[in-house]
Formats: sequence, C-alpha cells, structure tokens
Amino acid sequence: MDMSAYPLELPADDRPMVRFMNVVKSYGRLVVLDQLNLDIAEGEMVTVIGPSGSGKTTVLRMLMTLETINGGVIYIDGKPLTHMERNGVLVPADERHIRKMRASIGMCFQHFNLFPHMTALQNCMEGPVQVLGLSKAEARARSEELLTLVGMIDKKDQHPSRLSGGQQQRVAIARALAMRPKVMLFDEVTSALDPEVIGEVTNVIRKLVAEHNLTMLMVTHQMGFARDISDRICFFYRGKIEEQGPPAALFGNPQKERTKQFLSAVKEAD
Amino acid sequence: MPIWEFLQTYWPLLLNGTLITCAQFLLASVIAIACALAAGLGKLSGNWLIRGAAVIYIEIFRGTSLLVQLYWIFFVLPLFGLTLPSFIAGFLSVGLNVGSYGAEIVRGAIQSVPKGQWEAGYAISMSPAKRMRRIILPQALALMLPPWGNLLIELLKGTALVSLISVADLMFQAKQINASTFLSAQAFGTALVVYYILARFLITPFMRWLERSMARRLGRA
Ligand SMILES: Nc1ncnc2c1ncn2[C@@H]1O[C@H](COP(=O)(O)OP(=O)(O)O)[C@@H](O)[C@H]1O
Ligand SMILES: [Mg+2]
Repeated sequence: MDMSAYPLELPADDRPMVRFMNVVKSYGRLVVLDQLNLDIAEGEMVTVIGPSGSGKTTVLRMLMTLETINGGVIYIDGKPLTHMERNGVLVPADERHIRKMRASIGMCFQHFNLFPHMTALQNCMEGPVQVLGLSKAEARARSEELLTLVGMIDKKDQHPSRLSGGQQQRVAIARALAMRPKVMLFDEVTSALDPEVIGEVTNVIRKLVAEHNLTMLMVTHQMGFARDISDRICFFYRGKIEEQGPPAALFGNPQKERTKQFLSAVKEAD
Repeated sequence: MPIWEFLQTYWPLLLNGTLITCAQFLLASVIAIACALAAGLGKLSGNWLIRGAAVIYIEIFRGTSLLVQLYWIFFVLPLFGLTLPSFIAGFLSVGLNVGSYGAEIVRGAIQSVPKGQWEAGYAISMSPAKRMRRIILPQALALMLPPWGNLLIELLKGTALVSLISVADLMFQAKQINASTFLSAQAFGTALVVYYILARFLITPFMRWLERSMARRLGRA
C-alpha cells in the first residue's frame, strides 16, 4: 500500500487510542504478523490469547516500539507512532519522534526487569525524575501513591533481590504507571510466578481495570482472569486475529474451529 | 651484607622509589580507566567515526609492545614538537597501554547486562545516553570489577618499565643501588617483595572491598 493512503492523523470521529493499520512484521523471511488491523478504544481492556509463537508478544513489542515494523502504520491517540510527517507524507519515525511518542506507552514484562541497583521506590522515581523532569519530591509523592496502590509501600526501600517475584512484578507495574501512560501493556506478567503469588498481581490489574480509565493490552494464559476483566478477547493464530469478541461470546460460544481447539486444549491443561 | 643492614642503609632511596611507583600506578590507573571507558563505549557507538577511533586506539596500544610505546612517547614525540617530562611520559604510556585492554573489559561488561534491563530503560522512554549512564553502566561496573583487579596488578608491574626512561621509581632505585654496590640479590629481592606487597596487600584487598560495596549497592550482600 502506498504511504499516501495513510492519514497523517486520524480524524476526531474515528480516533481509537490504538490503531494497527495493515501492520506487517517479519524476521528475515519469517512473516510473524501479516496485515494486522486492530483498534483499541480509550479505556478498553483487550486480552490477546493464542498458541505459543502466534505473535502475541510481537504485537506488544511493536506497540512499545521495541520492534520496528516492516509495513503499515501504528497510531496512538490518533497520531502516528511508527511514522512521522515529512512534506505531507508519513516517513519512518526517527529516534526523537519515537522517544516522545512512546512516553505514552507503559509495559510490564514477564521477567519484571526491575533495576537491581535501585530500591523499589527509586525504580518508580527513575522515569519521572530522569525522563519527565519532575522534582524529586513530586516524583516521590507520585511513586509512593502508586506503591500504595500495588500494596508495596511497606517494602519501598528494598532492593529487587529482596523481593519475591510477585512483589517485584507489582513494583514493575507501579514503575510503568509512574510515567502516566495512556496505554499499558502486560506481557504474560504472571507466567514467571509461583502459583500462590499470581493472585496478588492479577488483583492489582483488576483494581486498575475497576478504578482507572487506562487503555490496556494484555497477553495471558489465565483464561479465567482474562474472561473476568477483559472487554474483548483476541485469539491469535499464526500471526492473524483468528477470532475476536467479548469474553462471554468468545469463551462461551467460539465460532472458529481453531478457537475451539485452543480453548479445549487450554482447559485440559488446567 | 645481610638484608637487615642493607635495608637500614638504603631504605630512604627504596621508600622514595616506592612512593614514585605508587604515584605512577595511581596516575596511570586514572588514565587507563578513562581511556577504557571512552574506548569501550566508543566501540559500541552508533557513530562510525567514534567507533573507528576507538578501534584504532585499541589496535595500536594492544597490538604493540608497551616498551616501544614508552620510547615513542618519550623519545619520538619530541621530534614532532611534543616534549613530555619523563614522569608524565611514564604514566601516560602505561595508562594508554592498559586502557586498551580495559576497553575490551568495559565493552564486554556492558554487553553482558541482560537485554531486559536495556528494554526496561527503553520502556520508560530514557534516551540512550541516560540509559547507559543510569541503568547499564552501574550494572556493568559490578561485572567488570574482577577482571579490572587483575588488570590493575598488570598495570603495577608494567610501571617498572618507566625506570628505562629514568623515572626514579622503585625499579630505578634498585638498579642504581645494584650498580653502585653490586648487592643484586638484596636490591632486586627487596623490589620483588615490595611489588608483591603492593599488589597482594593493597590492590587486591581494595578491589575486593569495591566488589563488596558494589554488591551491596545491587542489594545482593
Ligand atoms: N527476534 C526474533 N528473531 C526471529 N524470530 C523471532 C524473534 N522474536 C520472535 N520471533 C518469532 O516470531 C514468532 C512470534 O513470536 P512471539 O510474538 O514471541 O509469539 P508468542 O508471544 O505468541 O509466543 C515466533 O515464531 C518466534 O519464533
Ligand atoms: Mg510471548
């Protein structure tokens, strides 16, 4: 598709928080995502499910701009994320454009990736102070509020090595939220956790869904949790959205054969 | 002459030499660490000019002998109008030489910081420079301390070469005493022991202490 077919900005009456428009991602000759089109409305919670290797992580990493895309455009809040305007057309974004745009996106990783040389509080303050330019006092107040939200205020002066996986993941969520993102991404944030602490992390995400108007895109293998909190479920298969819909419909009455197979396989494993 | 008597007679010269050796060691270490950081980071730079400069520095100083570099800096640079006092030429040569080895340690340590740390810094929108300084380098530092401990001991031993351009270090004094008294065993024996003590009882414990305090900063102690 010709680049001039992509709008420089989405019109006010058709402006989802996230829009993937014909997005292609390949590694060498392996096409991981083929012509992906996906809109996420403001405040919507979308969960991506699907077999291993179907491209779920890749979708999140493209949105975080950790991966460059090979075709199409991603828009955030109506503005191009992966591209920028030059002489009236979209060209691939430079480092500065991407850095500015990605500030509105936060991501939590499977393995937390907290900064080991900083305490929980310092982890949360790092972005606000170093990137947003907040004063130490402002950043501390914001961080302490978020550590309270995730139930980690008691451990704010501990280094990550002193925290359990569930505690580290909660700090990581607070760290991402401290940047006040418009969109939050969760990539299998409970997969590396012991079963008994999964609840403490999912409860934090439940609370975010209930009390905050964040737009969220989540990958998880916990179907019950996904069903409870999502507005929409996208089932990915081989780099395409095979089927999507509200959780009750997708889990209760899947239409596609592959969706049925996947869901019954997951149920058996449980 | 028994060693006891030898030391009573010559200790002022030997002490003087030891102090000069320590000064050469400290100054050369500063140069080496600065060059290693600059070249190690430079080798990872996205700018090919910077990367090229780092590679050339590393190749020249690692690929040729320290003694030849020392002679170049002291005897050849004056022909191009740059005359350095022997004291400065001494620690500069040693520092530049060791820095080229240190650069590979720095580069390796930076690259060993887990990918997740780079991505976490990226995800909070840090600029590459800030991420390097605030997230990656502090962790790389902890990884590079053990190899730096060895390298600094090599550096100390390397400083003995500055006696060849008449810097009055420990080795120089030992040679002087030997030349005037022929007490070779005592003179060079003392030098041997002093170098050993400096390495084993000053540098090594200091590096261990640094490693421990770094581990504490990472919350690992
Ligand atoms: N850096 C990479 N290089 C090559 N192939 C990759 C890379 N990252 C992911 N892939 C491939 O892309 C496909 C989708 O991966 P991913 O998005 O991680 O799947 P999922 O998260 O659904 O398990 C897989 O086939 C995987 O092997
Ligand atoms: Mg994945």
